[in-house]
Amino acid sequence: MIIQRARGRFPGGVVMPHRKRLSTHGKIESLPLPAQLILPLSQHLGAPAKSLVEPGQQVCKGELIAMPQGQISAAIHAPTSGVIHNIEPRPVPQPSGQNAMSIVLDADGHDRWRPRNPDPHPLEQPASRMVERLRRAGVAGLGGAVFPTHAKLARSVETLIINGAECEPYIACDEMLILERAAEIIWGAMLLRHTLGARRCIIAVEDHRAETRKALHQALLDSGLDECIDLRLVPSRYPEGGERQLIQVLTGWEVPAQGLPQDIGLLCLNVGTAAAAWRAIRYDEPLFSRVVTVTGPGIRRPGNFQVLLGTPIKELVAACGGYTPQATRLVMGGPMMGLALPHDDHPVVKACNCVLVLSRSDVETMFPEMPCIRCMACVDCCPAGLLPQQLFWHIQADKLQRARMLAVEDCIECGCCAQVCPSHIPLVDYYRYAKSALAQRDEAGRRADAARHRFEQRSARVNRAEQARTARLQRRDALLSTPSSGDRKAEIAAAVARVRAQRKPVTDEKQ
Amino acid sequence: MLAIVLITGLALLMGLGLGLAAERLRSSGDPVADAIEKLLPQTQCAQCGYPGCRPYAQAIAAGDADINQCPPGGTAAIRALADLLGREPKSLNPANGAASGPRLARIDESACIGCTLCIQACPVDAILGAGKRMHTVIAGECTGCELCLPPCPVDCIELIPATSEAWAYPVPGR
Repeated sequence: MIIQRARGRFPGGVVMPHRKRLSTHGKIESLPLPAQLILPLSQHLGAPAKSLVEPGQQVCKGELIAMPQGQISAAIHAPTSGVIHNIEPRPVPQPSGQNAMSIVLDADGHDRWRPRNPDPHPLEQPASRMVERLRRAGVAGLGGAVFPTHAKLARSVETLIINGAECEPYIACDEMLILERAAEIIWGAMLLRHTLGARRCIIAVEDHRAETRKALHQALLDSGLDECIDLRLVPSRYPEGGERQLIQVLTGWEVPAQGLPQDIGLLCLNVGTAAAAWRAIRYDEPLFSRVVTVTGPGIRRPGNFQVLLGTPIKELVAACGGYTPQATRLVMGGPMMGLALPHDDHPVVKACNCVLVLSRSDVETMFPEMPCIRCMACVDCCPAGLLPQQLFWHIQADKLQRARMLAVEDCIECGCCAQVCPSHIPLVDYYRYAKSALAQRDEAGRRADAARHRFEQRSARVNRAEQARTARLQRRDALLSTPSSGDRKAEIAAAVARVRAQRKPVTDEKQ
Repeated sequence: MLAIVLITGLALLMGLGLGLAAERLRSSGDPVADAIEKLLPQTQCAQCGYPGCRPYAQAIAAGDADINQCPPGGTAAIRALADLLGREPKSLNPANGAASGPRLARIDESACIGCTLCIQACPVDAILGAGKRMHTVIAGECTGCELCLPPCPVDCIELIPATSEAWAYPVPGR
């Protein structure tokens, strides 16, 4: 094992207050079983899962209730035993604020498991079987992007990076997971390394908390895997935990724009994903719960909880003693990249690493938005190396193609630029708008191209049919207009003779 | 004297070169019409008075048609056309119809008698069916052009707003 400080660095970034201690004083607690769970069919990136259950159907804990549809999709399992209440649109945490189809499960309180098939020696299984089992277990990236893990494992890579750098303020679920379940993370890392056929495996944690490093170190020594896995300390500088930034810090390499880490032989997975993969295969426990940090100045008793997916956020808040009088804004995720929610009836989904309640003083800014003064503070802090002020300029003028030329699609929406902007411009809102509008226009363009292609094909077909018809009519007219004479009779006689000549050999054979 | 001969010779030589290039390297098709067609929504609805988006684009390129005759494209298409052609944007010509959001035809399948008239009318082959069999609209291919509505003898086709899958963030600050 090599414990080292990573030498590389990424451009830009900002140093943020940690504010993690707010929730990390205790242990990971569990919640009382909620009466009803809401499981959106689309909790992951890619195609929504396809429901396999009917209203009124009895399901066991861990039972598959929605199948992945296509390669980039993830399965969903019942987090507890109970009866399917309905499959209906429900409010789910997503930026559009639209309702989405969800399986609503009434818990029966017995928490009865389906028959399980634990695997005591998963590292001896062939890799292809592992991928299929992770697909069936619904494991998706728990760092925030929720990309289905099995789809990431399709390509083998040189180095596997397990990301324990949790750089956003307040969020502490990965930290708590490392402190309490380091062994699961390490075995999960081994399992994923085996599946990928990777030669190296690195676990990266931030250097600001010695306990996480010690916990991982101890677990590595205990498990005897210290030869297989390296431990790296990375400086805490937001957005250190971003995949591309972490890779740059660890290896000095840059992931190509519009490319994937796999293109340079790397794969990055979250510590929570590694632990979930281990539990899915070793104990046959599919992904139906996760660790969630509930924190912020708006929460009475912040803490970290092992939460069943589908638990309404209000029950989570109630378990923390409720809201304080200052509570003003509910956010899923961290203060930089989180999603503000209009109410707490939303369920916890696979992406929900943190429930943050901010106070009035956090939300209300004292300064109004001012014009851009081209101070370039945003350029200095952009970790993706973009020109935020230029992008802002073009997007404001609705010149989205110009913004595309300046690589707005490589923006990781980390929010550093908006954080440092002295004019308090909500820059990320502009980039998000530009990215989604560009995607929408591309889609409209594709549809238009398809329609044009079909129209052209159809026109060609109609033309061909018309020409064939005209030609036929012309031939008939020509035939009719020729006077019936000796020639015509001779023609008929010749035709009859020809047919006879063709028939003759057949009759000979018959005789 | 020498200068005159030289310049005349050069001019003739270059003229010959240009003439040859114009003949040999002639671009196929009509690049202006192509660029215009790219900006049209490809609904093929013929509301502009031409039998499809391509003919309309050619008419604009030839100067026969105005840029404000495309209701499905709406203001966005008019603005894009005005940008491309360096003209002033106009408001949509009401004679061609009113702009509407993206729409989709839907056949009331219980009422369909299977006459195939709508199939013949559809410019993008987005209706599936056969004689005396139920017809249905292939939602992914339908452009919402309304051309299937008039021929239907039992009025069983309606246009519904198309739910666009791609959601976009709102424009900030507006």
